[in-house]
Amino acid sequence: MSLLSMKNVSYRYPINNWKSLKQVTLNIEAGVFYAVIGAGGAGKTTLCSVFRGFIPHFYHGELEGEVQLFGKNLLQYELADIAARIGYLFQNPFTQISGAKETVFEEIAYGLENLGVEPAEIRKKVEDVIALLKLEKIAESNPTELSGGQKQRVAFASVIVMDPEVIIIDEPTSQLDPQGTEEIFRIIDLMKQRGKTIILVEHKMEWIAEFADRIIVMEDGQVVMQGDTQSILSNPKVMEHGGTLPQYAEVGLKLLGEEGIHQVPITRKQGELVFSKLQKGGAE
Amino acid sequence: MAILTLDQVSFRYPNGTNAVDRISMSFQAGEKAAIIGQNGAGKTTAVKLMNGLLKPSSGTVTVDGWDTKEHTTAQISSKVGYVFQNPDDQLFHETIYEEVAFSTRHLNVDAAEAKKITDTALELTGLTEYATLHPYSLPYSMRKFVTIAAVIAMQSKVMILDEPTAGQDGRSLERLTRITDYLTGIGKTVITITHDMTYVANHFERVIVMANGHVLSDSTAKEIFWQPALMQESYIQAPPVSQLASALHWPGRIVTVDEFVEYGSGQVLERKDSM
Repeated sequence: MSLLSMKNVSYRYPINNWKSLKQVTLNIEAGVFYAVIGAGGAGKTTLCSVFRGFIPHFYHGELEGEVQLFGKNLLQYELADIAARIGYLFQNPFTQISGAKETVFEEIAYGLENLGVEPAEIRKKVEDVIALLKLEKIAESNPTELSGGQKQRVAFASVIVMDPEVIIIDEPTSQLDPQGTEEIFRIIDLMKQRGKTIILVEHKMEWIAEFADRIIVMEDGQVVMQGDTQSILSNPKVMEHGGTLPQYAEVGLKLLGEEGIHQVPITRKQGELVFSKLQKGGAE
Repeated sequence: MAILTLDQVSFRYPNGTNAVDRISMSFQAGEKAAIIGQNGAGKTTAVKLMNGLLKPSSGTVTVDGWDTKEHTTAQISSKVGYVFQNPDDQLFHETIYEEVAFSTRHLNVDAAEAKKITDTALELTGLTEYATLHPYSLPYSMRKFVTIAAVIAMQSKVMILDEPTAGQDGRSLERLTRITDYLTGIGKTVITITHDMTYVANHFERVIVMANGHVLSDSTAKEIFWQPALMQESYIQAPPVSQLASALHWPGRIVTVDEFVEYGSGQVLERKDSM
């Protein structure tokens, strides 16, 4: 049985007269890293909000169809019970930082404190996460005085410290530079290695190609394609659906059929292998 | 004549740190340029000095003949429009139409002209069909275009876009390109801050690299993305096709998909000829 699932799910926000999700059927399996891609307004964030229970527990509107979380209907949950099992990292780290705490250490401890965990245990868990995410240098800093990239890592730490089974991450790197982006993907990869189920909304295709297991393509409120990363990110149909491909696949598709080019690479490593055949004196 | 000039400009925060240190750059009417660099490099400080939100601690910023120190921020911002990084910092109205139309109140135009300016800005940004909606009924990526439309409607001579590419998909990037090209085509100067190096390589002739409050380079994408030392110093990464071409030791300083494909196909032809 799937860890999370949607069956014929449609949803309309109270503010809108159109549906942001239309008849979505989707299964999320344990331990798999999914990337959700597609144009702005395709329904990616809405999809995440349903799995996290913000819809319908926080946003009302009209929800149709059936959503199952860990074998139980979404409507039978309290929001707090979902929070314990599904962590959520928002696009804008400023949304996540509580503003109530004076140090990064306290900020990360905040969620555990609210659950009434023993202080000694809190200390240990927070120290572990700080070491894992290499936040030692900023542990005593004020969260509001950090750079965007640092804030995003602290927000991520606050999610990880709760040890959720599923981590949903909505465009974590859109405000970050390459260095900040790399750090976030390093953490996501770490979580994947620890067996977490990950749902990531992201536009940076070269990074997704390196790390994700499966891709879900959305357009106009529907899931229009899904499959393993290699087959989806080398498929030109993704672009017809308003998505983008890694640049390596773009050049691969244009050179496909030229002598020696039989595959579409999606990563730089694959690109080096595939295109070295084009060079004079290259592999025959 | 230059429409905007920064001459040896420094800006020091009250705690004494230099956010930008003796930077100089100059822009012509109708020119577009990209400013790139790591977070904290001084990019946003530089553009805030351009539109008068900040006044230089030393050096001179001249906008359309005005020294920014001698004019109010409101006066300067009528000449230099600024689209903030986060659209939610500048959306206040009930409908998208009102949001954009509000900008025309500062212009000396009658109602009919104001409507025309508003409609043009909405059309250019692809928002005409959403004009009656609340700005927050649109997703983040589209809300950004509402703020861009509002700044276009101000009709300033210079327009600054701070991270317009963040979280945008392929179609939105195309729309952004169309908007930029239209504006430069009618003589506006467009300055874009971005982390999207593919977007920079595809669409910008002039690229300015900043690091630690300094301008490290003011040249072209081809110059910048093939200088490993410069990229390392400024923590920028070349577009994926440049990285791949570099790993393959391909010549010609490739920075775009088309250049890569052109060279790749050429190799095939040469091999066939030599057989």
